[in-house]
Amino acid sequence: MSSYHLDHLQYLETEAIHVMREVAAEFERPALLFSGGKDSICLLRLAEKAFRPSDLPLPLLNIDTGHHFPELNAFRDHRAAELGARLIVRTVEQAIASGIAVPVPGEISRNRLQIPTLLAAIEEFRFDCCIGGARRDEEKARAKERFFSFRDGFGQWDPKNQRPELWNLYNGRVNPGEHMRAFPLSNWTELDVWEYIRRERLEVPTIYFSHRRSCVRRGGQWLPVTDLLPPKPREDVRDLVVRVRTIGDIISTGLVESPANTVEDILAEIAAARVTERGSRADDRSSEAAMEDRKKQGYF
Amino acid sequence: MSSRLSHPVDILRFNTCGSVDDGKSTLIGRLLYDSKSLMEDQIEALERSADITGGGQINLANLTDGLRAEREQGITIDVAYRYFATPRRRFIVADTPGHVQYTRNMVTGASSANLSIVLVDARHGVTEQSRRHTCIAALLGIPHLVIAVNKMDLVDWNEERFLAIRSEFEGFLPRLDVLRDVKFIPMSALNGDNVVTPSANTPWHQGPALLGHLETVHIASDWNLSGFRFPVQWVNRPNNPRDPALHDFRGFSGQIAGGIVRKGQSVLVLPSGLKTRIRDLWTHDGSLDEAFCPQSITLVLEDDLDISRGDMIVGLENLPGMDSDLRARVCWMHPRPLQAGRKYLLKQTTQTVQAVVTHLDSRLDIRTFESDPAAPQLAMNDIGEIRLHTARPLVYDGYPQNRLTGSFILIEPGTNMTVAAGMLHPPSALVKPEYTDFAI
Repeated sequence: MSSYHLDHLQYLETEAIHVMREVAAEFERPALLFSGGKDSICLLRLAEKAFRPSDLPLPLLNIDTGHHFPELNAFRDHRAAELGARLIVRTVEQAIASGIAVPVPGEISRNRLQIPTLLAAIEEFRFDCCIGGARRDEEKARAKERFFSFRDGFGQWDPKNQRPELWNLYNGRVNPGEHMRAFPLSNWTELDVWEYIRRERLEVPTIYFSHRRSCVRRGGQWLPVTDLLPPKPREDVRDLVVRVRTIGDIISTGLVESPANTVEDILAEIAAARVTERGSRADDRSSEAAMEDRKKQGYF
Repeated sequence: MSSRLSHPVDILRFNTCGSVDDGKSTLIGRLLYDSKSLMEDQIEALERSADITGGGQINLANLTDGLRAEREQGITIDVAYRYFATPRRRFIVADTPGHVQYTRNMVTGASSANLSIVLVDARHGVTEQSRRHTCIAALLGIPHLVIAVNKMDLVDWNEERFLAIRSEFEGFLPRLDVLRDVKFIPMSALNGDNVVTPSANTPWHQGPALLGHLETVHIASDWNLSGFRFPVQWVNRPNNPRDPALHDFRGFSGQIAGGIVRKGQSVLVLPSGLKTRIRDLWTHDGSLDEAFCPQSITLVLEDDLDISRGDMIVGLENLPGMDSDLRARVCWMHPRPLQAGRKYLLKQTTQTVQAVVTHLDSRLDIRTFESDPAAPQLAMNDIGEIRLHTARPLVYDGYPQNRLTGSFILIEPGTNMTVAAGMLHPPSALVKPEYTDFAI
């Protein structure tokens, strides 16, 4: 029987393609959330595998905080063009200007402001399902997530009232105003994502590889020095060789010191890592249930 | 950290079940901790919350109980999925709730598992929940079962106690005849005995520790490779005016739900009964000569037939059943009980059809495993036998023959809630091969 056997990446791939096709078949107006980060890069490849030789039957949607790494946005635009995909970008900037998103006085991070911006985009385009790259190994509220995650008229996730998910049968039925989030990478780990990037020879933004950058030590992490995050007096500022492991808002993305220059290097580094990927995200550190609270409000 | 080295290995999916406080979350925490699958920041977070809750002792259960309400009550409400790897295998763990109220989530975690671990508290022995969960594992056709007799440290590692629990299980396991592979392991999840490393406290236990068993249990034959089944999921029709080669491309995309398919093979399209041949097994990475369950592929056929989502393409041997009157076993998952006469939406493979429950045949008594034919309804978490009539015939197999073509869910119209997990009985008659003769 050994010839009729899938290794773990092939198994994860076939499962994810099945989920993608269920979304395309069951929803009228689906979208795929694409930020240019490593998880959504895998999503795009899976979409090609699921739908080619047809054009992708869904647009790409990105919620730009305005605090993104410029390298990431350039990569996003270039990949979308290369695939001939329709890319929709909605910005937190616009959402603030139109009153959809209201910043907490004094709060610089725009992580939370992505939520109303995303929900407004879903309403604007009447999307009934958004495919996202969230993985259950990222965080413990994510570990509770279903492949098909039901959201009510307010975009809320109710962890106590999730639909049972049985075999590979996904219940995608929603009433008007409600929508679904679908997570084909649910069962993938950080290591799986990088192994898939290696196997599929996928291009990734350069900030994943080591580069020299001015960094400031804050909250036990190295954060990039930018106009948005000028160092305060007496803070430890250094010029370091770093890379990003997970990409969020530029002001909350911790940089790791690393000489990793290739996907091979990154794989070796992760295999030996002693902290999780999310250990470098300041937005998850604010409280033990930070992710759960954001998801309940409509975060993906 | 050799345990996280990357090389092609297979995946074992398992779930843990048992009563509240039998130690399921602790066991998973221990597996992760002792197999060095935890990262420093996760351990730090555990230590931080240990300081907050007092006592100073790390609570391994907090690794999986991630929701506020779960930590408040110290119970698992919803399935948490965890991932770890050893050099031999990768694991997807569904930590499923023990509380009776959340049995539906236990079914969720177990429906895609290769193996179930039923935890039993050595002090309390076999409880109703142990019987319920063992029974559900059997109904779901999970091929491998581990009975983890936990908290052995609290009964002084008494072998007699272990053997008594084992023989109580062996008293009713034969009545759940689908369970073929059952292992009993004495352990202490809290202290780590027989979880990752064999324990000196159980010199009388000849078997492996839990992790050793999980790494070596044979799962290659868990997929059904006899009888080709291909539920059509999505029709791939590029209709691309820019590329003449794609103008005529018409592919049928889906995940193989059983068996093997080869280029040139004759196939039958159901329910229409039309016969054709496979011209190509198309994938984005090039065409294949052969594909097998559970690969996701796109089939290109010799003839231009009318085929849409919900149809099934099958091989000419080992044909499935096709009927709109069905018998099934269901696990009911909703506070509004099931009563005969109600209409639901039924999703099986890639089709959703209207269905009416024509008859409630019986309700299973979990304590005695006896069927009660007089039961007026199925309440939440009940298991019963029902008859269904569907608006269109289903192409299906019996659940024991194929978990993917023999399973369904019922959806309540209006609320769209998934209200039942269903397992079809084997068809009383198969599609007849001569069905095809007049179709061409």
